Amino acid sequence: MANSPYFGIAAQFETPEALIAAVRRAREAGYSKMDAYTPFPVHGLSDELQFRDERVPIFMFLGACVGALSGFFLQTYTNAYDYPFNVGGRPLVAYAAWVPVTFECTILFSALTGVFSMIIMNGLPKPFDPMFNIASFARASQDRFFLCIEAKDPNFVVEDTTTFMENLGALSVEAVPR
Amino acid sequence: MAYQDIDKVPLIEGDQTFSSIDRIIADVPLQQKRHNKKSWLAPTGVAFIFVNILMVTVGWLLYQGIGIWGNNIPTAWAFDIVNFVWWIGIGHAGTLISAILLLMRQQWRNSINRFSEAMTIFAVMCAGMFPLLHTGRPWVAFYWLFPFPNILGIWPQFKSPLMWDVFAVSTYFTVSLVFWYIGLIPDFATLRDRATNVPAKYVYAFLSLGWRGSAKHWHRYEQAYLLLAGLSTPLVLSVHSIVSFDFAVSVIPGWNTSVFPPYFVAGAVYAGFAMVILLMIPVRKMYGLEEIVTMKHFDWMAKITLATGLIVAYGYSLEVFYGWYSGSKMEHSLLVWRMDFLHQPYSWAYWSLILCNVLIPQMFWSAKARQSWPCLIIVCVSVNIGMWLERFVIIPMSLMNTYLPSSNRMYYPTIWDFSMFFGTVGFFIFMMFLFIRFVPAINVFEIKDLLHKLHREKASKTEEAVATTGGKH
Repeated sequence: MANSPYFGIAAQFETPEALIAAVRRAREAGYSKMDAYTPFPVHGLSDELQFRDERVPIFMFLGACVGALSGFFLQTYTNAYDYPFNVGGRPLVAYAAWVPVTFECTILFSALTGVFSMIIMNGLPKPFDPMFNIASFARASQDRFFLCIEAKDPNFVVEDTTTFMENLGALSVEAVPR
Repeated sequence: MAYQDIDKVPLIEGDQTFSSIDRIIADVPLQQKRHNKKSWLAPTGVAFIFVNILMVTVGWLLYQGIGIWGNNIPTAWAFDIVNFVWWIGIGHAGTLISAILLLMRQQWRNSINRFSEAMTIFAVMCAGMFPLLHTGRPWVAFYWLFPFPNILGIWPQFKSPLMWDVFAVSTYFTVSLVFWYIGLIPDFATLRDRATNVPAKYVYAFLSLGWRGSAKHWHRYEQAYLLLAGLSTPLVLSVHSIVSFDFAVSVIPGWNTSVFPPYFVAGAVYAGFAMVILLMIPVRKMYGLEEIVTMKHFDWMAKITLATGLIVAYGYSLEVFYGWYSGSKMEHSLLVWRMDFLHQPYSWAYWSLILCNVLIPQMFWSAKARQSWPCLIIVCVSVNIGMWLERFVIIPMSLMNTYLPSSNRMYYPTIWDFSMFFGTVGFFIFMMFLFIRFVPAINVFEIKDLLHKLHREKASKTEEAVATTGGKH
């Protein structure tokens, strides 16, 4: 249902275990486009949603490589080529002395890549999201666990999905306006 | 206070639920009226006076130059570098708690990591002021601190440990800051959703970046957070190692010692943990956080303080051994200069350091001392004084004793040295109190996660008990 007036149907649960069980049943019922919202990271939830994304670690590794190379290049270029300065006949490309700065650049680039790639891939900052349309969603950051089956799911039919979710043992089921 | 068996003290006391945790921690910054009491206003006000003293000192320093300090030749490094190393060291406990204990899956870190990370950030700010102002004119010092193409056509010298220091400290500050902020994003979302006051809601909504706790977001978040912890661990070890290279790489007697890097790192953690304990005692009392930060946390922090203190004591004994074993006349004369309490003017600093850092902390061997507020406070204050004295003994005292005895000259700090130091202490305390007022001082979502895990463990233990007894009770 691509042109539904709703973003999806959200159900509210009291415990992480109830949410995980609900996700499993929703998946078994053939739903695939859904997301869960929790106040803290619940282990096993992303596996249950069959969501896997390894890009953050990969980007961080690439960031580390770029950091190491640029740190080493910075020192080689400035101290051996652009401004060679002979101190007591010591080698110009003194790579042993460049370990600390190379190391710090590795850490810095990798950490910043990790933080920014995480924020950007999560689509943040995003001041508004349809989920904020339901008043009870304020508790998703406090003590309630939400499951939302989205309207873009091929099996999504407002009435059927609502009935299905009501049978999952949720505290409440609400339609989320767009 | 009665002595408790620490194994029986839980990590979270009382009958807590997710919403009771929100009430205990998240409501501290939301209920602003709670802070308008003497317990918040008095320390903040006193600290603010010291912030002003700091500003006056810095103003006079920039106008007059660093001649207002007691530094001279040969003692070109004195209070400024002592304070720099001391502050950086205090910051290290924060990263140790937040990163190393996370990698080691130490669940007790969750109650104290936010607080000690904040401490790290403010301590590094205080530390950074000293070398920057030691340049005298920081705004013209940039071309030799940071590599950027300048009209003089010259570049910094990367073979110098001072350049390593610039990179280490600035990386440390940046990474600590993003690590801290990442940890705060979900908590800002909680504050946004709990706030009733509209401006507060907007501010926290802005800071939370629109976080909504999606499982997909948490998935990436946890990857990034764990890897950041993995990066911070070698980083924190490298920072104080590099700080110690400033000394160890030189040929000054008393500095040229290969034990410096591990000994400096242990000393940093030592002072840092002492500072966490010292600040946590009043804050926990003031804001009713006793159920989240329990006696167990203090007991374990005291144990880490004791362990790192022993490493530091080993470092002191090695310094003496190296001095003697080197067979160098200069190293021998340095030992006499430090230790001969009958003739040498600054030997009191060395012996007070031994008293504060080696003797007094041995109290922590006793479980009763680790659980007594007066003992915790006495030991932690003495450790912080001791660590400051350690840097004083190492830095200016080694410089006063040169290879050319005719150049030896006494160093005496001036009033401006002291006003700058106590000014940064005031700045640090001022920032900590602002932090407690506007930001949740304990990580809300991690405590909820911990609570959930503890409940699950308890449930599975009851199940096991039921299974082994055949369900007879």
